[in-house]
Amino acid sequence: MRIVVDFDLCESNAVCMGIAPEIFEVRDDDFLYVLDENPPESMRAKMEESVQRCPKQAISIAED
Amino acid sequence: MNSTTVIVGASLAGINAARTLRLQGREGPIIVVDADPERPYDRPPLSKQMLTGEWEREKILLPAGKEDLGLDFRLGVRAKALDLSARQITLEGTGGAVETTAFDSLVIASGASARRLPESAGVAGVHVVRTLADSLALRDELDAGPTRVVVVGAGFIGAEVASSCRKRGLEVTLVEAMPLPLERILGVEMGKVCAQVHIENGVDLRLGTGVLQLETETVDGVEKVVGVALTDGTTVAAEVVVVGIGVTLNTEWLEGSGLTLDDGVVCDNTLLAAPGVVAAGDIARYPSARFGRMLRVEHWETAIAGGEAAARTLLAEASGETPAVFDPIPWFWSDQYDRKIQLAGRPMPTDQCVVVHGSTEEFRFVALYGDGDRLTGVLGMNRPRHVVQLRAIFEEGASFSEACERAASL
Ligand SMILES: Cc1cc2nc3c(=O)[nH]c(=O)nc-3n(C[C@H](O)[C@H](O)[C@H](O)COP(=O)(O)OP(=O)(O)OC[C@H]3O[C@@H](n4cnc5c(N)ncnc54)[C@H](O)[C@@H]3O)c2cc1C
Ligand code: SF4
Repeated sequence: MRIVVDFDLCESNAVCMGIAPEIFEVRDDDFLYVLDENPPESMRAKMEESVQRCPKQAISIAED
Repeated sequence: MNSTTVIVGASLAGINAARTLRLQGREGPIIVVDADPERPYDRPPLSKQMLTGEWEREKILLPAGKEDLGLDFRLGVRAKALDLSARQITLEGTGGAVETTAFDSLVIASGASARRLPESAGVAGVHVVRTLADSLALRDELDAGPTRVVVVGAGFIGAEVASSCRKRGLEVTLVEAMPLPLERILGVEMGKVCAQVHIENGVDLRLGTGVLQLETETVDGVEKVVGVALTDGTTVAAEVVVVGIGVTLNTEWLEGSGLTLDDGVVCDNTLLAAPGVVAAGDIARYPSARFGRMLRVEHWETAIAGGEAAARTLLAEASGETPAVFDPIPWFWSDQYDRKIQLAGRPMPTDQCVVVHGSTEEFRFVALYGDGDRLTGVLGMNRPRHVVQLRAIFEEGASFSEACERAASL
């Protein structure tokens, strides 16, 4: 599983960081950083929740 | 179990309930009814990117509405009545055809409609923003370049409409009956900050005054707004008026059904309103142990979480398990000009409010609300990281003083 964020859509509201701080981090520069683009399979439920809860539909999961 | 589920409302709460039911293995028909003929769409962009023209309608379709979940969508169909004892719902199609449908489970997610000004029906140039059609109609008039737009109500939607109009370079007068914007939600101190944000962005802000009446002119048989007379005795000329004075809940079809209606559909703490009947989203009122009172939350995230939770309650009920308690910390955002406002929690306007990061002069800060030492809210302006982290601390059950301390090290 690979996490893809569309940074043209992302508005750094940190919703994903609230769900999975070990993967998503909004820093003081107000940008989102993806800490691990290939999260372990055990994180799938949290990744799917992040996809659903991102108000900008900016996150997707690629299977490659 | 092959049972029929009916969901009324194909918006955020309804569609997420449908999705959860399907993904968690509910078989049988899931009929999703909505009076709006449009494919399910997202509402926050209606006052933001759709109004400024940055986004087109394809971009706001809800992803769950596009998934192949085997849902039976009935769009353009309105629920008219509910008979709980017979477990039947009366539906009316676009052509006025009425049919009765039996159900085993029902999800009530019919949300809310925008309140309108009295006597504004049929007056051209007067708008509300709740549906895609509303937003597109307003956008058309903004495209024509009016000399001024009057926005009535400086709540979140009014503020966002004012912001979108300013982004388009239009002159805006924002009228608010209360002495300060959002005072009843954020309190006096933060209400002042919100007022300042409008002023800094070139809005003509009129506080503590209401609308006396709309001024109209009739040309070629069409009555059109030309201005707004205010209760302070002034009149503001404008070709476009946008009304953002709150909502009325879509509960008409539930009158006389036997469900308890009291500013929403009254549910228990698992969103169950009656056996096999759940409610979610803007329309659901539920007891919150966290806040010690009944809550009805009109937030995007609560509609998603509530839709999911309501679906799980139905599934648990069907399999004889104990459903989970629904009591999240409400969270929402509002985009106004270049500021992003986020609030986690449910403060009372009288709660104490302390800025723990940044400063209100810079319009970049985080403030905490407390009722005594009980933490009740986290407010951020352009501080998303802090809001998220403090919300997690809130979730852990931190007190107000503890949260203030921990905020200092974030
Ligand atoms: C312009 C706008 C901007 C917003 N911005 C934000 C924001 O920035 N942040 C935030 O947190 N929240 C925001 N919100 C709030 C958020 O969108 C709502 O909380 C959310 O839409 C509620 O979802 P819901 O499914 O409960 O109800 P609704 O979205 O109100 O959906 C109810 C659906 O039921 C249908 N319906 C009603 N009655 C019937 C009937 N009798 N028969 C059949 N169908 C019926 C309606 O057509 C509608 O589609 C905004 C809302 C609006 C309108
Ligand atoms: S939730 Fe979406 S918009 Fe918000 S920071 Fe994450 S990716 Fe960006």
